[in-house]
Amino acid sequence: MIAIIKYNAGNILSVQNALNRLGYDSMITDCIADIQAADKVIFPGVGEASSAMKYLKERKLDEVILAIKQPFLGICLGLQLMCKSTEEGSTKCLGIFDTEVKLFPPVEKVPNMGWNNFENVNGELFEGVSTMDDLYYVHSYYAELCKDTIATCKYVKPFSAALQKDNFYATQFHPEKSAGIGALILNNFLKL
Amino acid sequence: MLKKRIIPCLDIKDGRTVKGINFVDIKDAGDPIELAKRYVEQGADELVFLDITATIENRKTLIELVSRIAAEINIPFTVGGGINSVDDVRSLIKAGADKVSVNSSAVKRPELIKELAQEFGSQCVVVAIDTKYENGEWVVFVHGGRTATPLKTIDWAKEVESLGAGEILLTSMNNDGTKSGFALDITNQVSEAVNIPLIASGGAGTKQHFKAVFEQTGATGGLAASIFHFGEIPIPELKSYLRTQKIPIR
Repeated sequence: MIAIIKYNAGNILSVQNALNRLGYDSMITDCIADIQAADKVIFPGVGEASSAMKYLKERKLDEVILAIKQPFLGICLGLQLMCKSTEEGSTKCLGIFDTEVKLFPPVEKVPNMGWNNFENVNGELFEGVSTMDDLYYVHSYYAELCKDTIATCKYVKPFSAALQKDNFYATQFHPEKSAGIGALILNNFLKL
Repeated sequence: MLKKRIIPCLDIKDGRTVKGINFVDIKDAGDPIELAKRYVEQGADELVFLDITATIENRKTLIELVSRIAAEINIPFTVGGGINSVDDVRSLIKAGADKVSVNSSAVKRPELIKELAQEFGSQCVVVAIDTKYENGEWVVFVHGGRTATPLKTIDWAKEVESLGAGEILLTSMNNDGTKSGFALDITNQVSEAVNIPLIASGGAGTKQHFKAVFEQTGATGGLAASIFHFGEIPIPELKSYLRTQKIPIR
Protein backbone atom coordinates (compact mmCIF):
# COMPACT_ATOMS: atom_id res chain seq x y z
CA MET A 1 0.00 0.00 0.00
CA ILE A 2 1.19 3.48 -0.88
CA ALA A 3 0.35 6.25 1.60
CA ILE A 4 -0.27 9.73 0.19
CA ILE A 5 0.07 12.19 3.04
CA LYS A 6 -3.07 14.26 3.44
CA TYR A 7 -2.53 17.83 4.52
CA ASN A 8 -3.97 21.19 3.61
CA ALA A 9 -2.46 21.25 0.15
CA GLY A 10 -4.17 21.25 -3.20
CA ASN A 11 -4.75 18.58 -5.79
CA ILE A 12 -3.53 15.52 -3.93
CA LEU A 13 -6.11 13.51 -5.86
CA SER A 14 -4.08 13.86 -9.06
CA VAL A 15 -1.29 11.79 -7.47
CA GLN A 16 -3.76 9.06 -6.54
CA ASN A 17 -5.19 9.13 -10.07
CA ALA A 18 -1.67 8.68 -11.47
CA LEU A 19 -1.03 5.72 -9.14
CA ASN A 20 -4.34 4.17 -10.22
CA ARG A 21 -3.31 4.48 -13.85
CA LEU A 22 -0.06 2.64 -13.00
CA GLY A 23 -2.02 -0.09 -11.21
CA TYR A 24 -1.00 0.72 -7.62
CA ASP A 25 -3.37 0.89 -4.64
CA SER A 26 -2.99 3.95 -2.47
CA MET A 27 -4.66 5.76 0.39
CA ILE A 28 -4.81 9.47 1.09
CA THR A 29 -4.28 9.69 4.83
CA ASP A 30 -3.02 11.73 7.77
CA CYS A 31 -3.22 8.73 10.10
CA ILE A 32 0.26 8.23 11.60
CA ALA A 33 -0.07 4.43 11.87
CA ASP A 34 -1.12 4.14 8.19
CA ILE A 35 1.79 6.29 7.05
CA GLN A 36 4.29 4.32 9.13
CA ALA A 37 2.96 0.98 7.86
CA ALA A 38 2.93 1.93 4.15
CA ASP A 39 5.37 0.37 1.67
CA LYS A 40 6.05 3.80 0.22
CA VAL A 41 5.05 7.31 1.16
CA ILE A 42 4.25 10.20 -1.18
CA PHE A 43 4.18 13.79 0.04
CA PRO A 44 2.58 15.82 -2.75
CA GLY A 45 0.97 19.14 -2.96
CA VAL A 46 0.66 22.64 -4.14
CA GLY A 47 -0.02 25.36 -1.62
CA GLU A 48 1.53 27.83 0.76
CA ALA A 49 4.56 26.74 2.80
CA SER A 50 3.99 28.34 6.21
CA SER A 51 0.40 27.11 6.57
CA ALA A 52 1.42 23.67 5.33
CA MET A 53 4.26 23.42 7.93
CA LYS A 54 1.92 24.62 10.66
CA TYR A 55 -0.59 21.93 9.70
CA LEU A 56 2.09 19.21 9.75
CA LYS A 57 3.46 20.32 13.13
CA GLU A 58 0.03 20.49 14.76
CA ARG A 59 -0.47 16.84 13.86
CA LYS A 60 3.15 15.83 14.62
CA LEU A 61 3.45 14.71 11.00
CA ASP A 62 6.80 16.53 10.80
CA GLU A 63 8.32 14.08 13.31
CA VAL A 64 6.64 11.13 11.58
CA ILE A 65 8.08 12.13 8.19
CA LEU A 66 11.62 12.51 9.55
CA ALA A 67 11.49 8.99 11.03
CA ILE A 68 10.31 7.28 7.82
CA LYS A 69 12.65 4.55 6.54
CA GLN A 70 10.66 3.47 3.46
CA PRO A 71 11.12 5.16 0.07
CA PHE A 72 9.58 8.61 0.40
CA LEU A 73 8.76 11.00 -2.46
CA GLY A 74 8.02 14.69 -2.04
CA ILE A 75 6.49 16.55 -4.99
CA CYS A 76 6.55 20.33 -5.63
CA LEU A 77 5.64 21.96 -2.29
CA GLY A 78 6.57 18.60 -0.72
CA LEU A 79 10.13 19.05 -2.03
CA GLN A 80 10.30 22.60 -0.69
CA LEU A 81 9.08 21.56 2.75
CA MET A 82 11.84 18.91 2.85
CA CYS A 83 14.54 21.62 2.55
CA LYS A 84 16.00 23.66 5.45
CA SER A 85 13.85 26.72 5.01
CA THR A 86 11.88 28.69 2.47
CA GLU A 87 11.50 32.38 1.79
CA GLU A 88 7.77 31.75 1.44
CA GLY A 89 6.39 33.04 4.72
CA SER A 90 9.99 32.87 6.14
CA THR A 91 9.30 29.28 7.08
CA LYS A 92 11.61 26.81 8.79
CA CYS A 93 11.08 23.46 7.08
CA LEU A 94 11.93 19.79 7.71
CA GLY A 95 15.65 20.10 6.92
CA ILE A 96 16.09 16.77 5.16
CA PHE A 97 17.93 18.39 2.25
CA ASP A 98 20.78 20.76 2.96
CA THR A 99 19.49 23.67 0.91
CA GLU A 100 17.33 26.79 0.98
CA VAL A 101 14.21 27.60 -1.03
CA LYS A 102 14.06 31.04 -2.63
CA LEU A 103 11.66 33.14 -4.68
CA PHE A 104 12.46 33.48 -8.40
CA PRO A 105 13.62 37.04 -9.15
CA PRO A 106 11.15 38.85 -11.43
CA VAL A 107 13.43 38.82 -14.48
CA GLU A 108 11.20 36.16 -16.08
CA LYS A 109 7.50 35.39 -15.68
CA VAL A 110 6.70 34.03 -12.21
CA PRO A 111 5.42 31.38 -11.56
CA ASN A 112 7.61 29.18 -13.72
CA MET A 113 4.74 27.41 -15.44
CA GLY A 114 5.09 24.84 -18.16
CA TRP A 115 7.28 22.08 -19.56
CA ASN A 116 11.03 22.21 -19.15
CA ASN A 117 13.85 19.74 -19.73
CA PHE A 118 16.77 18.80 -17.48
CA GLU A 119 20.32 20.10 -17.54
CA ASN A 120 21.62 17.12 -15.60
CA VAL A 121 19.91 13.98 -14.41
CA ASN A 122 21.23 11.11 -12.28
CA GLY A 123 20.21 8.07 -10.33
CA GLU A 124 17.67 5.25 -10.25
CA LEU A 125 14.65 7.60 -10.13
CA PHE A 126 15.61 8.69 -13.65
CA GLU A 127 16.31 5.28 -15.22
CA GLY A 128 15.31 5.65 -18.89
CA VAL A 129 15.05 9.46 -18.68
CA SER A 130 17.26 11.86 -20.67
CA THR A 131 18.07 15.55 -20.37
CA MET A 132 15.92 16.07 -23.50
CA ASP A 133 12.76 14.99 -21.68
CA ASP A 134 10.32 17.71 -20.61
CA LEU A 135 8.48 17.65 -17.28
CA TYR A 136 5.70 19.92 -16.06
CA TYR A 137 6.56 22.59 -13.49
CA VAL A 138 4.45 25.18 -11.72
CA HIS A 139 6.23 27.02 -8.92
CA SER A 140 7.33 30.47 -7.80
CA TYR A 141 9.98 29.25 -5.33
CA TYR A 142 12.93 27.00 -6.15
CA ALA A 143 15.44 24.91 -4.19
CA GLU A 144 19.04 25.98 -4.69
CA LEU A 145 21.57 23.45 -5.93
CA CYS A 146 23.26 21.39 -3.20
CA LYS A 147 25.04 18.07 -2.66
CA ASP A 148 21.65 16.27 -2.56
CA THR A 149 20.65 17.55 -6.02
CA ILE A 150 20.16 14.61 -8.44
CA ALA A 151 18.62 16.54 -11.35
CA THR A 152 18.86 20.16 -12.39
CA CYS A 153 16.64 22.37 -14.50
CA LYS A 154 17.17 25.95 -15.62
CA TYR A 155 14.70 28.79 -15.28
CA VAL A 156 16.32 32.19 -14.69
CA LYS A 157 19.10 30.11 -13.11
CA PRO A 158 19.84 26.43 -12.51
CA PHE A 159 17.81 24.95 -9.63
CA SER A 160 17.18 21.53 -8.07
CA ALA A 161 14.67 19.67 -10.26
CA ALA A 162 15.08 16.67 -7.96
CA LEU A 163 16.83 15.89 -4.68
CA GLN A 164 17.74 12.69 -2.88
CA LYS A 165 19.14 11.82 0.50
CA ASP A 166 19.03 8.19 1.64
CA ASN A 167 15.41 7.02 1.31
CA PHE A 168 14.11 10.56 0.75
CA TYR A 169 13.42 11.59 -2.86
CA ALA A 170 11.77 14.77 -4.11
CA THR A 171 10.86 16.36 -7.42
CA GLN A 172 10.04 19.99 -8.13
CA PHE A 173 8.17 18.98 -11.29
CA HIS A 174 4.86 17.15 -11.19
CA PRO A 175 5.42 13.56 -12.40
CA GLU A 176 1.68 12.94 -12.02
CA LYS A 177 1.00 15.68 -14.59
CA SER A 178 3.93 15.06 -16.93
CA ALA A 179 2.38 12.63 -19.43
CA GLY A 180 4.28 9.39 -20.20
CA ILE A 181 7.70 10.53 -18.98
CA GLY A 182 6.19 11.53 -15.61
CA ALA A 183 4.54 8.13 -15.33
CA LEU A 184 7.92 6.49 -16.01
CA ILE A 185 9.57 8.44 -13.16
CA LEU A 186 6.71 7.64 -10.76
CA ASN A 187 6.99 4.00 -11.74
CA ASN A 188 10.75 4.07 -11.11
CA PHE A 189 10.03 5.34 -7.59
CA LEU A 190 7.34 2.71 -7.02
CA LYS A 191 9.78 -0.04 -8.04
CA LEU A 192 12.46 1.08 -5.52
CA MET B 1 14.56 25.60 -21.61
CA LEU B 2 10.95 26.42 -20.80
CA LYS B 3 8.74 25.42 -23.74
CA LYS B 4 5.89 27.35 -25.33
CA ARG B 5 2.58 25.61 -24.61
CA ILE B 6 0.02 24.48 -27.18
CA ILE B 7 -3.37 24.42 -25.48
CA PRO B 8 -6.56 23.08 -27.03
CA CYS B 9 -9.72 24.52 -25.51
CA LEU B 10 -12.83 22.40 -25.21
CA ASP B 11 -16.08 24.31 -24.79
CA ILE B 12 -18.51 22.15 -22.85
CA LYS B 13 -22.28 22.24 -23.00
CA ASP B 14 -24.38 19.53 -21.33
CA GLY B 15 -21.34 17.24 -21.15
CA ARG B 16 -20.47 17.62 -24.84
CA THR B 17 -17.77 19.61 -26.62
CA VAL B 18 -18.84 22.59 -28.69
CA LYS B 19 -17.17 25.66 -30.14
CA GLY B 20 -18.76 29.02 -30.55
CA ILE B 21 -17.70 30.78 -33.72
CA ASN B 22 -17.52 34.43 -32.70
CA PHE B 23 -19.29 33.28 -29.53
CA VAL B 24 -22.59 32.71 -31.38
CA ASP B 25 -22.78 29.69 -33.73
CA ILE B 26 -22.20 26.34 -32.12
CA LYS B 27 -21.00 23.12 -33.73
CA ASP B 28 -20.79 19.75 -32.03
CA ALA B 29 -17.23 18.42 -31.96
CA GLY B 30 -17.57 15.35 -29.82
CA ASP B 31 -17.15 13.70 -26.47
CA PRO B 32 -14.87 15.70 -24.13
CA ILE B 33 -13.07 12.70 -22.63
CA GLU B 34 -12.33 11.11 -26.00
CA LEU B 35 -11.21 14.42 -27.42
CA ALA B 36 -9.04 15.15 -24.35
CA LYS B 37 -7.33 11.77 -24.55
CA ARG B 38 -6.69 12.27 -28.24
CA TYR B 39 -5.08 15.64 -27.53
CA VAL B 40 -2.86 14.18 -24.83
CA GLU B 41 -1.67 11.46 -27.23
CA GLN B 42 -1.00 14.11 -29.86
CA GLY B 43 1.22 16.10 -27.49
CA ALA B 44 -1.03 18.88 -26.18
CA ASP B 45 0.76 20.63 -23.30
CA GLU B 46 -2.34 21.54 -21.28
CA LEU B 47 -6.09 21.50 -21.77
CA VAL B 48 -8.76 24.06 -20.98
CA PHE B 49 -12.40 23.03 -20.42
CA LEU B 50 -14.87 25.86 -20.52
CA ASP B 51 -18.42 25.21 -19.35
CA ILE B 52 -20.32 27.63 -21.57
CA THR B 53 -23.75 26.98 -20.09
CA ALA B 54 -22.58 27.06 -16.49
CA THR B 55 -25.95 26.94 -14.77
CA ILE B 56 -26.47 25.75 -11.23
CA GLU B 57 -28.47 22.77 -12.54
CA ASN B 58 -25.62 21.40 -14.62
CA ARG B 59 -22.92 22.05 -12.00
CA LYS B 60 -23.13 18.44 -10.84
CA THR B 61 -22.65 17.23 -14.43
CA LEU B 62 -19.54 19.38 -14.73
CA ILE B 63 -18.04 18.12 -11.46
CA GLU B 64 -18.60 14.52 -12.61
CA LEU B 65 -16.97 15.33 -15.93
CA VAL B 66 -13.97 16.90 -14.15
CA SER B 67 -13.53 13.74 -12.03
CA ARG B 68 -13.53 11.59 -15.15
CA ILE B 69 -11.06 13.90 -16.91
CA ALA B 70 -8.73 13.87 -13.87
CA ALA B 71 -8.83 10.07 -13.73
CA GLU B 72 -8.07 9.65 -17.42
CA ILE B 73 -5.57 12.30 -18.44
CA ASN B 74 -2.02 12.92 -17.24
CA ILE B 75 -1.37 16.55 -18.19
CA PRO B 76 -2.56 19.71 -16.41
CA PHE B 77 -6.02 21.06 -17.14
CA THR B 78 -7.97 24.21 -16.36
CA VAL B 79 -11.72 24.40 -15.82
CA GLY B 80 -13.71 27.59 -16.32
CA GLY B 81 -17.23 28.86 -16.67
CA GLY B 82 -19.70 30.07 -14.10
CA ILE B 83 -17.25 30.14 -11.17
CA ASN B 84 -18.47 32.67 -8.60
CA SER B 85 -17.08 31.63 -5.25
CA VAL B 86 -14.38 29.91 -3.24
CA ASP B 87 -16.81 27.00 -2.76
CA ASP B 88 -17.26 26.58 -6.52
CA VAL B 89 -13.51 26.32 -6.88
CA ARG B 90 -13.11 23.96 -3.94
CA SER B 91 -15.48 21.45 -5.52
CA LEU B 92 -13.64 21.62 -8.87
CA ILE B 93 -10.19 21.25 -7.28
CA LYS B 94 -11.48 18.40 -5.13
CA ALA B 95 -12.69 16.69 -8.31
CA GLY B 96 -9.14 16.98 -9.71
CA ALA B 97 -8.92 20.25 -11.68
CA ASP B 98 -5.40 21.70 -11.62
CA LYS B 99 -6.45 25.28 -12.29
CA VAL B 100 -9.67 27.23 -12.58
CA SER B 101 -10.38 30.25 -14.72
CA VAL B 102 -12.59 33.13 -13.68
CA ASN B 103 -13.84 35.89 -15.93
CA SER B 104 -17.08 37.86 -15.39
CA SER B 105 -17.26 37.03 -11.68
CA ALA B 106 -13.79 38.53 -11.14
CA VAL B 107 -14.76 41.74 -12.93
CA LYS B 108 -17.91 41.94 -10.82
CA ARG B 109 -16.03 41.29 -7.59
CA PRO B 110 -12.22 41.52 -7.96
CA GLU B 111 -11.64 40.35 -4.34
CA LEU B 112 -12.63 36.88 -5.56
CA ILE B 113 -9.18 36.60 -7.18
CA LYS B 114 -7.51 37.40 -3.88
CA GLU B 115 -9.68 34.92 -1.98
CA LEU B 116 -8.91 32.15 -4.46
CA ALA B 117 -5.18 32.87 -4.43
CA GLN B 118 -5.11 32.80 -0.63
CA GLU B 119 -7.14 29.62 -0.38
CA PHE B 120 -5.66 27.57 -3.23
CA GLY B 121 -2.48 29.40 -4.29
CA SER B 122 -1.90 31.69 -7.26
CA GLN B 123 -0.77 28.78 -9.43
CA CYS B 124 -4.32 27.56 -9.82
CA VAL B 125 -5.97 30.94 -10.46
CA VAL B 126 -6.27 31.80 -14.14
CA VAL B 127 -8.04 35.04 -14.99
CA ALA B 128 -9.65 34.92 -18.43
CA ILE B 129 -9.95 38.33 -20.07
CA ASP B 130 -12.16 38.81 -23.13
CA THR B 131 -11.08 41.96 -24.87
CA LYS B 132 -12.32 43.95 -27.84
CA TYR B 133 -10.83 46.88 -29.74
CA GLU B 134 -13.47 49.58 -29.83
CA ASN B 135 -13.28 53.32 -30.41
CA GLY B 136 -9.51 53.31 -30.43
CA GLU B 137 -8.84 51.23 -27.32
CA TRP B 138 -8.83 47.69 -25.97
CA VAL B 139 -11.55 47.21 -23.36
CA VAL B 140 -12.74 44.28 -21.26
CA PHE B 141 -15.98 42.49 -22.08
CA VAL B 142 -17.89 40.07 -19.84
CA HIS B 143 -20.76 37.55 -20.06
CA GLY B 144 -19.27 35.60 -22.95
CA GLY B 145 -18.38 38.79 -24.76
CA ARG B 146 -21.89 40.24 -24.70
CA THR B 147 -21.37 43.08 -22.22
CA ALA B 148 -18.84 45.89 -22.39
CA THR B 149 -17.19 47.15 -19.19
CA PRO B 150 -15.46 50.47 -18.55
CA LEU B 151 -12.21 48.59 -17.82
CA LYS B 152 -9.22 49.11 -20.06
CA THR B 153 -7.57 45.76 -20.79
CA ILE B 154 -4.06 46.73 -19.65
CA ASP B 155 -5.33 48.21 -16.39
CA TRP B 156 -7.40 45.13 -15.62
CA ALA B 157 -4.47 42.80 -16.42
CA LYS B 158 -2.26 44.69 -13.96
CA GLU B 159 -4.97 44.62 -11.33
CA VAL B 160 -5.57 40.86 -11.57
CA GLU B 161 -1.83 40.29 -11.22
CA SER B 162 -1.70 42.43 -8.09
CA LEU B 163 -4.70 40.55 -6.65
CA GLY B 164 -2.85 37.24 -6.99
CA ALA B 165 -3.77 35.75 -10.36
CA GLY B 166 -1.20 33.16 -11.47
CA GLU B 167 -1.89 33.40 -15.18
CA ILE B 168 -3.90 35.39 -17.73
CA LEU B 169 -5.85 33.87 -20.61
CA LEU B 170 -6.37 36.71 -23.06
CA THR B 171 -8.99 36.34 -25.82
CA SER B 172 -9.35 38.96 -28.51
CA MET B 173 -12.98 39.02 -29.56
CA ASN B 174 -12.08 40.86 -32.75
CA ASN B 175 -9.97 37.87 -33.76
CA ASP B 176 -11.86 34.94 -32.21
CA GLY B 177 -13.36 32.68 -34.88
CA THR B 178 -11.84 34.64 -37.76
CA LYS B 179 -8.78 32.40 -38.32
CA SER B 180 -6.88 35.55 -39.25
CA GLY B 181 -4.24 35.24 -36.51
CA PHE B 182 -3.84 36.21 -32.86
CA ALA B 183 -4.15 39.86 -31.79
CA LEU B 184 -0.40 40.43 -31.54
CA ASP B 185 -0.51 44.04 -30.38
CA ILE B 186 -2.71 43.67 -27.29
CA THR B 187 -1.16 40.29 -26.47
CA ASN B 188 2.27 41.85 -26.36
CA GLN B 189 1.07 44.91 -24.47
CA VAL B 190 -0.46 42.73 -21.75
CA SER B 191 2.61 40.50 -21.62
CA GLU B 192 4.84 43.52 -21.08
CA ALA B 193 2.51 44.99 -18.47
CA VAL B 194 2.48 41.93 -16.19
CA ASN B 195 5.01 39.40 -14.91
CA ILE B 196 2.73 36.35 -14.83
CA PRO B 197 2.39 33.83 -17.67
CA LEU B 198 0.05 34.78 -20.51
CA ILE B 199 -1.92 32.51 -22.85
CA ALA B 200 -2.95 34.06 -26.16
CA SER B 201 -6.35 33.08 -27.54
CA GLY B 202 -8.58 33.96 -30.45
CA GLY B 203 -7.87 33.93 -34.16
CA ALA B 204 -5.49 30.99 -34.71
CA GLY B 205 -6.02 29.70 -38.24
CA THR B 206 -2.57 28.59 -39.42
CA LYS B 207 0.68 27.23 -38.03
CA GLN B 208 2.30 30.56 -38.90
CA HIS B 209 -0.09 32.31 -36.52
CA PHE B 210 1.38 30.36 -33.59
CA LYS B 211 4.91 31.17 -34.76
CA ALA B 212 3.99 34.86 -34.90
CA VAL B 213 2.45 34.96 -31.43
CA PHE B 214 5.44 33.20 -29.87
CA GLU B 215 8.01 35.32 -31.74
CA GLN B 216 6.33 38.69 -31.54
CA THR B 217 4.75 38.63 -28.08
CA GLY B 218 5.66 37.39 -24.61
CA ALA B 219 2.83 34.82 -24.60
CA THR B 220 3.99 31.51 -23.14
CA GLY B 221 1.01 29.58 -24.45
CA GLY B 222 -1.27 29.62 -27.47
CA LEU B 223 -4.86 28.42 -27.20
CA ALA B 224 -7.22 27.34 -29.94
CA ALA B 225 -10.30 25.19 -30.35
CA SER B 226 -11.94 24.57 -33.72
CA ILE B 227 -8.73 24.21 -35.74
CA PHE B 228 -7.79 21.31 -33.45
CA HIS B 229 -11.28 19.80 -33.06
CA PHE B 230 -11.90 19.57 -36.77
CA GLY B 231 -8.37 18.39 -37.53
CA GLU B 232 -7.52 21.43 -39.64
CA ILE B 233 -4.13 21.66 -37.93
CA PRO B 234 -3.09 18.40 -36.26
CA ILE B 235 -1.13 19.16 -33.07
CA PRO B 236 1.88 16.97 -34.01
CA GLU B 237 2.16 18.81 -37.33
CA LEU B 238 1.92 22.21 -35.59
CA LYS B 239 4.56 21.28 -33.03
CA SER B 240 6.95 19.86 -35.58
CA TYR B 241 6.56 23.02 -37.70
CA LEU B 242 7.27 25.26 -34.69
CA ARG B 243 10.37 23.20 -33.86
CA THR B 244 11.74 23.77 -37.37
CA GLN B 245 11.11 27.49 -36.80
CA LYS B 246 13.31 27.36 -33.65
CA ILE B 247 10.41 27.94 -31.26
CA PRO B 248 11.03 25.97 -28.02
CA ILE B 249 8.39 23.23 -28.11
CA ARG B 250 8.02 19.98 -26.15
